[in-house]
Amino acid sequence: YLSNTSTLSTKMAKSFPEEVLEHVFSFITSDSDRNAVSLVCKSWYEIERWCRKRVFVGNCYAVSPRILTRRFPEVRSVEIKGKPHFADFNLVPEGWGGCVYPWISAMAGAYPWLEEIRLKRMVVSDEALELISTSFCNFKVLVLSSCEGFSTDGLASIAANCRELRVLDLRESEVDDLSGHWLSHFPDTWTSLVSLNIACLGSEVSFSALERLVARSPNLRTLRLNRAVSLEKLHNLLCRAPQLVEFGTGAYSSELRPDVFSNLAGAFSGCKQLKGLSGFWDVVPAYLPAIYLTCSGLTSLNLSYATIQSPDLVKLVSQCHNLQRLWVLDYIEDIGLDALAASCKHLQELRVFPSDPYVVDPNVSLTERGLVAVSEGCPKLQSVLYFCRQMSNAALVAIARNRPNLVCFRLCIIEPRAPDYLTLEPLDAGFGAIVEHCKELRRLSLSGLLTDRVFEYIGTRGRKLEMLSIAFAGESDLGLHHVLSGCESLRKLEIRDCPFGDKALLANAAKLETMRSLWMSSCSVSFGACKLLGQKLPRLNVEVIDERGSPDSRPESCPVEKLYIYRTVAGPRVDMPPFVWTIDEDAALRV
Amino acid sequence: MSMPLEELNYIGLSEIPAMENSEKLASKGLNLKATELRLGLPGSESPERDNGLGVLKGFTSGAKRGFSDTINGDSGKWVFTGNGGSEVDLGKNGALFSPRSVNGSGSECTSLKEVVPLSPKAVHEKKPQISAVNGHGVAPAAKAQVVGWPPIRSFRKNSMAVNPPKSDEDAKLGSGCLYVKVSMDGAPYLRKVDLKTYSSYMELSSALEKMFSCFTIGQCGAHGVPLRDGMSESRLMDLLHGSEYVLTYEDKDDDWMLVGDVPWEMFTVSCKRMRIMKSSDAIGL
Repeated sequence: YLSNTSTLSTKMAKSFPEEVLEHVFSFITSDSDRNAVSLVCKSWYEIERWCRKRVFVGNCYAVSPRILTRRFPEVRSVEIKGKPHFADFNLVPEGWGGCVYPWISAMAGAYPWLEEIRLKRMVVSDEALELISTSFCNFKVLVLSSCEGFSTDGLASIAANCRELRVLDLRESEVDDLSGHWLSHFPDTWTSLVSLNIACLGSEVSFSALERLVARSPNLRTLRLNRAVSLEKLHNLLCRAPQLVEFGTGAYSSELRPDVFSNLAGAFSGCKQLKGLSGFWDVVPAYLPAIYLTCSGLTSLNLSYATIQSPDLVKLVSQCHNLQRLWVLDYIEDIGLDALAASCKHLQELRVFPSDPYVVDPNVSLTERGLVAVSEGCPKLQSVLYFCRQMSNAALVAIARNRPNLVCFRLCIIEPRAPDYLTLEPLDAGFGAIVEHCKELRRLSLSGLLTDRVFEYIGTRGRKLEMLSIAFAGESDLGLHHVLSGCESLRKLEIRDCPFGDKALLANAAKLETMRSLWMSSCSVSFGACKLLGQKLPRLNVEVIDERGSPDSRPESCPVEKLYIYRTVAGPRVDMPPFVWTIDEDAALRV
Repeated sequence: MSMPLEELNYIGLSEIPAMENSEKLASKGLNLKATELRLGLPGSESPERDNGLGVLKGFTSGAKRGFSDTINGDSGKWVFTGNGGSEVDLGKNGALFSPRSVNGSGSECTSLKEVVPLSPKAVHEKKPQISAVNGHGVAPAAKAQVVGWPPIRSFRKNSMAVNPPKSDEDAKLGSGCLYVKVSMDGAPYLRKVDLKTYSSYMELSSALEKMFSCFTIGQCGAHGVPLRDGMSESRLMDLLHGSEYVLTYEDKDDDWMLVGDVPWEMFTVSCKRMRIMKSSDAIGL
């Protein structure tokens, strides 16, 4: 029977000309589907690899540039991620790695027709930017998300050389801001700009260059300015770009002048397609009404830098009946979240950031009640990031029951190990309810006082959980063991300051090969255990990051500072700084 | 889905599929519990705990330990020494993470429950709760800062630092972080330091010595074996205090100045980035 079906499938495979299969494959865009296609048989693998146009590399060290370019010769779009997520919070020392240059260098040779590069948490040098600008004649899209290592000189190369550029998006990158002149390097003949995001830049760009650029870009849809662009100048830009869909202001403050206000209000009302607003640093509330006419069309509003109080926020948000995404500071308070729940029935994503995270006493009246209200009032809510100072199991249970459609739930109770403020119990039951009711939950961040029990709930009920972040939680290795032995879909696990050690890790070592990565810092994993893992599992890179000097200079039972384990087909890194050690198969310590 | 392990006899759980492992871990009862690491608030009521104070066993400490070293038994507060894992500022009052709950005395617990009603204004009545923890009336608002907590990206932190929140006490406390880059001539990459975690030039310079010590001895040698700490630090100190290197900074007016000329507070406010420069290049500063 088996030999019959294999003959049949071979016959079928051979009966379709490659061009037909290629055409069929061109409709398959998701990476996982493409990967599945390539596993069907050798000829499908070959056809698929020759026509794959878009590649996503979730961990730049999981695969090498050479492996990529050898397997997929016709790539047009690449997305690569570098440092682990906790690098966002300064837990990964500078110099750890994630340098993009070797990738650019390999692709410069292999992909002369490359059009798109998207990087996240990578170190991008000016040399890399210059190489990009001169290697790909059809280059269209550059997105640098939380990257660093480059200056405005590198941006000048991109501006000067990329004639087909459509998207330049610097997201929250750290740029060495030498001057604003780089923008003037865009040639006057260049008119293909679609999206420009320079919100992260500190210094002033030449406004007249910006104005001329906007005026000659009929396809401009997204423009996010930096803080240095003053409010009085906004109407100049908006009037020249009434087709904008997303707009980010600069500092939203100015002396109160009626002419400035009416110019601005007029300009905003001229943008009939506006769906998203952001920016709003240094807001003067009197200027907020200038955007009221756009509110009913807005689907996305980022007020997370706007230091305005709850009444002004309520007035604004209550008019945004079509809002799907809101990022805001905790100045919105419970009262504001009540108003949000009443007005914004299409809300899908809410992020509430702390206005003053380093003070013990709350400076605003934002509690668990606000989140409960939104979970009740917003039936489409699926993604939450919420910073607050108190939480209760009862509130978490209510949220879970109200919103079983949650996909991403990240709660940060500012004080580590804070218990249920009503009962003083751990928050195990509350988070347990979240994983139990929210069956589609893919991402979860825990906080507050938590015992091993919460991990038992997560391990058994978090079946679709892909990313889990744990801090200051748990009591013993049992907690980690619950997670590693359960959580079938787990891809990324990041842990800090938890009493997890060798036992759970070694007992579940094989699990690590099914995940993208594991990060553990300030835990209790010994160097001996790391060596064992590195020896026994050659397809994992076990990196010990320790700024106290070589782990060999301490007893093997001594815990390491930080540990980063990830699966890879590229073998050990060759670009490690002195404070990173990796263990290879013969347990030699490799720096 | 997970495959049985082959030879991992490290903890005697080899060749057993994951499910049985969990039963084993649970059933090993006393054995595991006696040696397992625990962290928890003193007096908290978890039934699995001993007499309320978590005890750390099972690893030897080196001289500079991260994580936690001692428990201050009297006040029930955890005391961390700096360095290593949770890098922490001990500058203010030395007590960290003042636990929100209190040592298990009944009266304090009930008073907490009364104090926190379910009204929107509940938050403003928190003060009694905090002072119950700090019985000796130490101003509670000076919070020790842990690296990377709360988890907020640098870009957001720096944006908020420029425009501090509207609260009187905060302005005095100098909340927030202040990350500046430090580069060293000849070093392959730069480091970042949070100026708020130091309270004097001495602290800053000793921290920088530790960070950059391995650069001055030629990248710790070809096989990654650094010289012992004492040797490398003193060598860097010699270099810094001698004539080879000077510590400079770029201020808000984009001028490069020698570190140490202005009062510390003024320095932290005006410093944008630092550079460990060769003395020969620093002529004229």
